[in-house]
Amino acid sequence: MGRKAEYSEKQKKGPGRKARKQGPPTFPKKSFAPLEVEDQKLSHRQKQRLVKRVQKKVVQKAKLKEKQAKGKQQVRKQKTYNSDSEPEDEVKKQQSSSDEEVPQLVPIPDIVKQKTIKGFTDENKDWLKLKKQQKKVLPKPEHESVDEDNSDEEEHSVGSDAEEDSEAELDSDSGNGFEADSDDEIEEEDSEDDGYDGTKVGKLDDLSDDDEDANSDDDFDVSDAETADSGENASDDDDDDDDDDKLPIERANKRLKKREAQEALLAEEEAQMAIDQQDVFKFPDENDEDESGLTLQEVQQRIKDVSLVLSDFKKYRQADRSRGEYIDLLRRDLCLYYSYNEFLMGKLMDMFPLTELMEYLEASEVPRPLTIRTNTLKTRRRDLAGALINRGVNLDPLGKWTKVGLVIFNSQVPLGATPEYLAGHYMIQGASSMLPVMALTPQEKERILDMCSAPGGKGSHIAAIMKNTGVLFANDSNRDRCNAIKANFHRLGIVNAVISCEDGTKFRNIISGFDRVLLDAPCTGTGVVSKDPSVKSTKSEVDVQRCYNLQRKLLLTAIDCTDAKSATGGYIVYSTCSVLPEENEWVIDYALKKRNVKLVPTGLDFGVDGFTKFRQHRFHPSLSLTKRYYPHTHNMDGFYVAKLKKFSNTIPLTKEQQEDDEKQLDEAIPTDQSTNVSNEDDAGAAEDTDKSSRKLLGKRAGKPNLTDIEAELKKKKLEQSKTKYVAKVFEKPIKVEKKPKANEPPVPPNLSTNGIQEKTKNIIDKKAKLKKNDVSALHTVLPAAVNGRGSNDKKQSAPAAQFNKKPSTPSHQYNKKQSTPPTKSNKGQKTLGAQSKKEQPAQLNRGQSPPAPQPKKDQPTPTIKSSKKELTPGAKSKKEQSTPSTQSGKTSKKSALVPKVKVNIDDLPILEGKPIKKQNLKHKSKQIGNLKKSKSGINAKPQTGNKQKFKNKK
Amino acid sequence: MKRLSEERTKILFEKLSKYIGTNVKQLIDRADGTYCFREHRDRVYYVSERILKLSECFSQKQFACVGTCFGKFSKTNKLKLHITALSFIAPYAQYKVWVKPSFEQQFLYGNHIPKSGLGRITENAAQYQGVVVYSMNDLPLGFGVLARSTTDCKSADPLTTVCFHQSDIGEYIRAEDSLF
Repeated sequence: MGRKAEYSEKQKKGPGRKARKQGPPTFPKKSFAPLEVEDQKLSHRQKQRLVKRVQKKVVQKAKLKEKQAKGKQQVRKQKTYNSDSEPEDEVKKQQSSSDEEVPQLVPIPDIVKQKTIKGFTDENKDWLKLKKQQKKVLPKPEHESVDEDNSDEEEHSVGSDAEEDSEAELDSDSGNGFEADSDDEIEEEDSEDDGYDGTKVGKLDDLSDDDEDANSDDDFDVSDAETADSGENASDDDDDDDDDDKLPIERANKRLKKREAQEALLAEEEAQMAIDQQDVFKFPDENDEDESGLTLQEVQQRIKDVSLVLSDFKKYRQADRSRGEYIDLLRRDLCLYYSYNEFLMGKLMDMFPLTELMEYLEASEVPRPLTIRTNTLKTRRRDLAGALINRGVNLDPLGKWTKVGLVIFNSQVPLGATPEYLAGHYMIQGASSMLPVMALTPQEKERILDMCSAPGGKGSHIAAIMKNTGVLFANDSNRDRCNAIKANFHRLGIVNAVISCEDGTKFRNIISGFDRVLLDAPCTGTGVVSKDPSVKSTKSEVDVQRCYNLQRKLLLTAIDCTDAKSATGGYIVYSTCSVLPEENEWVIDYALKKRNVKLVPTGLDFGVDGFTKFRQHRFHPSLSLTKRYYPHTHNMDGFYVAKLKKFSNTIPLTKEQQEDDEKQLDEAIPTDQSTNVSNEDDAGAAEDTDKSSRKLLGKRAGKPNLTDIEAELKKKKLEQSKTKYVAKVFEKPIKVEKKPKANEPPVPPNLSTNGIQEKTKNIIDKKAKLKKNDVSALHTVLPAAVNGRGSNDKKQSAPAAQFNKKPSTPSHQYNKKQSTPPTKSNKGQKTLGAQSKKEQPAQLNRGQSPPAPQPKKDQPTPTIKSSKKELTPGAKSKKEQSTPSTQSGKTSKKSALVPKVKVNIDDLPILEGKPIKKQNLKHKSKQIGNLKKSKSGINAKPQTGNKQKFKNKK
Repeated sequence: MKRLSEERTKILFEKLSKYIGTNVKQLIDRADGTYCFREHRDRVYYVSERILKLSECFSQKQFACVGTCFGKFSKTNKLKLHITALSFIAPYAQYKVWVKPSFEQQFLYGNHIPKSGLGRITENAAQYQGVVVYSMNDLPLGFGVLARSTTDCKSADPLTTVCFHQSDIGEYIRAEDSLF
């Protein structure tokens, strides 16, 4: 493309939000080998310790000189003693060996140097060193050694005083031993200086100590190079003999050679150490409480150390530490360093191998390049690129895989406000967001659904590919975000779209038969951490669970909405911007089990294949056809795309569902015994055949599960259950357990004893209804009663409705009233209350007596009711008050009826639930085949009516 | 979703004809299917009947929008054309105004067009004629009403307004809340 913009990246002036996004991300490939220790700055304490150590060395050297003066023989003696004490020594040394390396590499403060160097020259050494050093040595050794050990410990546990104390105690316990140690060291130094005994080869640590000394000495020499003769303690003894008869230059030469030899030795040892010890990571103590005191660098260092250990666990591990401990430590450190929460980091660690994990985390910190998608409805990519370049935008085609994408490197104008943007020539959209649409491959003149559409990026892409033909349904459950869809669609000039804000899970009830469905499901957003870093710390197990439950629902709905018989389609594309398998493979795997769909290749030629197994989970093997995208491998947001093809419109029944069905039927049938004995045999037989054959059939996904015979049997059962159901409705008492009954009046004996008495039946039913209503509806009754309104109107009076809207406190009040002894007063409410109270026990009793299972019938009831009543505000409020359970639905229905009953309360028997009849009839007619328990008591007359209705329907 | 009342239909077509004149016919008699105007929450939508039918499955409450929103009726029964109608007005526009590139951005922020910002103008446009505003590279930017006739424009002072701003594509950002 003819580019006029300058290639040199210009430094942004301000820290604008957009400006920060511009630069192309770079991924530094870091090796995770531990950094050199020199990088670390010494803490104050470490410096103090260092000073101490140096002082101690001086002391040791002084001792050494002393020993030399005493003569060789004594030294030999000491050596044998020394070798005896070695084992103990070694143990100590091994632990701290790696640490003792540290001071080597650290520049020693000048003050210390001067102290140590002061006065050591060839001229004065005879008289100076012995006296002075001796003085120093004599008082100190005990606590010096203790100090040293302490300081070693401190290096690991900075600042935990308690621990330090305990260590100190330990040390003082074995204080003598340490004294001996320090002596030993000195002896060894001697021996080494004398020519390095072969017997000592194994004690690298000791050597290293010596080397340290030598090193530091050397340093001094270098620094004080002016005084050529400045004392080299190490070589002093040798020089002693020969000094006199050699020229200065010879001496210097000799010294030089010696030094070289020493250095060579040193280098060799160092190399050895590097191999053996340098990498060994020391596991921090559990009871360290100084986690907060760690700097970020230290944490990073530790991450590197641990990952190195984990890379070759056998070699680098500490014997007493398990892999789990290392991994825990690593996870904690990573959480701290990248500010993830432990849950998410754990998930990521499960997903990626260690090296990839680090890459992923690093890449997640860097923003992805800004990309735009050309709106092919209004312009072409080349034209757009030209126009934007003219505005000073530096861009390039996004990749070979897309013909509409452009990647923006930098821009002098805000890309969200250029005239081109406002005219709808492009959409700012992540590269990953184009993938699901490409996988969907929309065709012209199709009917396509985008279930979770906001803000309309993918939807508009679909419409653009369809060239504004066909129909695009864009849905989002969030009304505010719906506005974003509208705005974007209008701006981009999309005219074939229907935008709605339905709950996605209910879409199958609204419209189905789509050729293609795109489900870009709501997710935790773990793939777009660079966009929204709050995800790192806020998402928890529960969030993920919530997400994947919703995703499953949505996906099933999406599949149901698709038409398998579509000539061109029948495809569903599922995508999320999450990388967690719970939200991706799990969901797809679930859908594969639940619906007649299969996975097909996405048509995207890059990306990582989806997991077919993840930890203990084994997914369907075809899940490898799905694609995953990661920030570190593809430089786009973490993304997941799966394409499903629906091959049958039937919904396979799962075994559980079948069993449930059977159960319902089975339960319904035995209860029939009393009424239709003759049918029982048939039913039983049918059951058996059903059970045996259905289990086989359950495997035939997508096929109708019942043969003709079975279907007939089932019909019979249904009929039976219906008839039974009608009878039940008549007899069945209302479920009363739900109502709070603190104080019940004594039960009239005849009611309580006789379960169902024909004479009292009508009254009882009536009362029962009232009873039911009293929670939700009694307060509605109140005003009506007070007003003395005629209650024949089915609709609620306006004041009553208003009253209803108030919180349910009135009902409580009413309950209180109930406690007062019932008197047949003119006030309808009171009588009602009393009656209902009396009724309760009776109902309870009756509730126990009839066989438990009853055909389900009440589910549709509330909906019908409510829809009827919706226009009146009172009904609405009632609806809201009532919980969605069927029981409450019932009550609401009842409550609607109450006013009627209420007005005529003086002569209850006359009323006989006539108002109920009509409504109930309607319900029942709609409920055919819906087998659920109904708890409503309905009078005899309606029953018969119902029966007739059913028959008619049949 | 309901049909426009007679009165409102009249208002709508009068309004449209201010910008596109007799081309209003083109909006209704289309070769690619029957298109119609529908009203939903006082907003006028222009949509293919085929799509309209499919949109009827949504309840009034959950339904958000179909096709293209043309404008909104105020409580006093006046129609305000929205910028969203531009995609249908622009192709049929009879009178056009081009603004200079230097003034593009200004116009997009809602300013009237002064003579100094005027790049080109259609001949024979009368005063108060509805016009569509273009950028110099023929990108429709919005619409407005001429404050001066074309002939007056030629002799006008550089700072006098020649075209009143009515709507511009900057409203997609500025007025996203009120547009829909």
